[in-house]
Amino acid sequence: MITKRIIPCLDVRDGKVVKGRKFQSIKEVADPVKMASFYNEAGADELVFYDITASFEKRKLFNKILKEVASEIFIPLTVGGGIDSLEDFDTVLKCGADKVSVNSGAIKNPDLIDAAAKKYGNQCVVLSMDVKRVDGKFMVFSMGGRENTGKDAVSWAVEAVVRGAGELVINSIDADGVKDGFDIEMLSALASKVSVPVVASGGAGKMEDFADLFEKTGVQAGLAASIFHFREVEISDLKKYLKEKGVEVRI
Amino acid sequence: MIAVADYGVGNLFSLCASLKYLGIDTEVTKDPKKIKEAEKIILPGVGAFGDAIKKLEECGLSRVIKEEAKKGKPLLGICLGMQLLFERSLEYGIHSGLGLIEGEVRSIKDDMQKEARSGFKVPHIGWNRLDIDESDPLFKYIKNGEYVYYVHSFYAGKCAESVIASSYHGIKITGACRKDRIWGTQFHPEKSGTVGLNILKAFTEV
Repeated sequence: MITKRIIPCLDVRDGKVVKGRKFQSIKEVADPVKMASFYNEAGADELVFYDITASFEKRKLFNKILKEVASEIFIPLTVGGGIDSLEDFDTVLKCGADKVSVNSGAIKNPDLIDAAAKKYGNQCVVLSMDVKRVDGKFMVFSMGGRENTGKDAVSWAVEAVVRGAGELVINSIDADGVKDGFDIEMLSALASKVSVPVVASGGAGKMEDFADLFEKTGVQAGLAASIFHFREVEISDLKKYLKEKGVEVRI
Repeated sequence: MIAVADYGVGNLFSLCASLKYLGIDTEVTKDPKKIKEAEKIILPGVGAFGDAIKKLEECGLSRVIKEEAKKGKPLLGICLGMQLLFERSLEYGIHSGLGLIEGEVRSIKDDMQKEARSGFKVPHIGWNRLDIDESDPLFKYIKNGEYVYYVHSFYAGKCAESVIASSYHGIKITGACRKDRIWGTQFHPEKSGTVGLNILKAFTEV
């Protein structure tokens, strides 16, 4: 049986890992290469790197870091942040990424999903979406959660899969950084509509939140940043706990 | 030296990084002469079978790989590279493979439906438990029941005699196979953490 996955997420800015709360007041944490190696040892099933810098110069620094990580860590690596074109896919894949996560780039140009899936295979294309409740509806936001796109989250998820996305990362803006548990309601609503694996993001605060996530929704993976970065939850403890709860995990 | 066959299919970064990490002298090559000189050969690959076998033939590597493997030079096929070792594939039509191992590459989804299994997503993506034949030298550094990373929609079937490891995903998925000095892994050892590195290390020592 395929295991449920635990994925630490590293937001990288100017060569350092950072973590914001509700996408604002970003706080620096540590060296991404050291952290990747720490998580690899700790039993992470996959790592996600988001480049949250914008400038070209800084992007080169990110790619250099990515290469270093990919040369030392032999578990799947997903990379995102500012992916707007097939050239961007090409660059990060050549730096050692296995999967590439698109967000605003695919909202601006949905054909990017089709083109990337055709060129690199569906398994390589991850659609990441930032979702927030607006008047009781789940809406897709872009630009790091600042802009309401007017897109309905369920239809966007379904469309992305039809276009060739092989996995979805669903981040709840309402739950992000609040550490009060994953957004079970939103994740259930979205995960049941698509055939591809769904990664839940936003809201993890304690081990019980992961058990809740896997027991109540059909998602395949739980992603978190700050609770792992600040070592409030150790991945090895979390996996032992989930196993005791009857969730299949890789130990 | 281990030759990694480069025929324009897939990303070789992780595989090369893994071998480098293990301190193995590796050469990524499309030159048949280098394949002949190498002590061992790794045949990687991701993507569609038909496209891959065509590219392998066009660059002149399929003949030399077959000849060397038949002479007893250790060969390891990874993912699609493993599938290419078989007689044929049913992925988008029927395509002939290298024919080094008896069996065929079949659709996971179709075979799951035949056995009326549901609740298993295809592609088979993620970490799955590997049940191994512990006597095989490829597994000398790993234990039974460890986890490896898979990404695929087709699998090797009708090859019971050569299966040396398997995982369960609605049906029994061939995880690794062997005939004489030819090995194949459906999973990605270069993405399977320490377990994967130990499998690659064992191959370099066969």
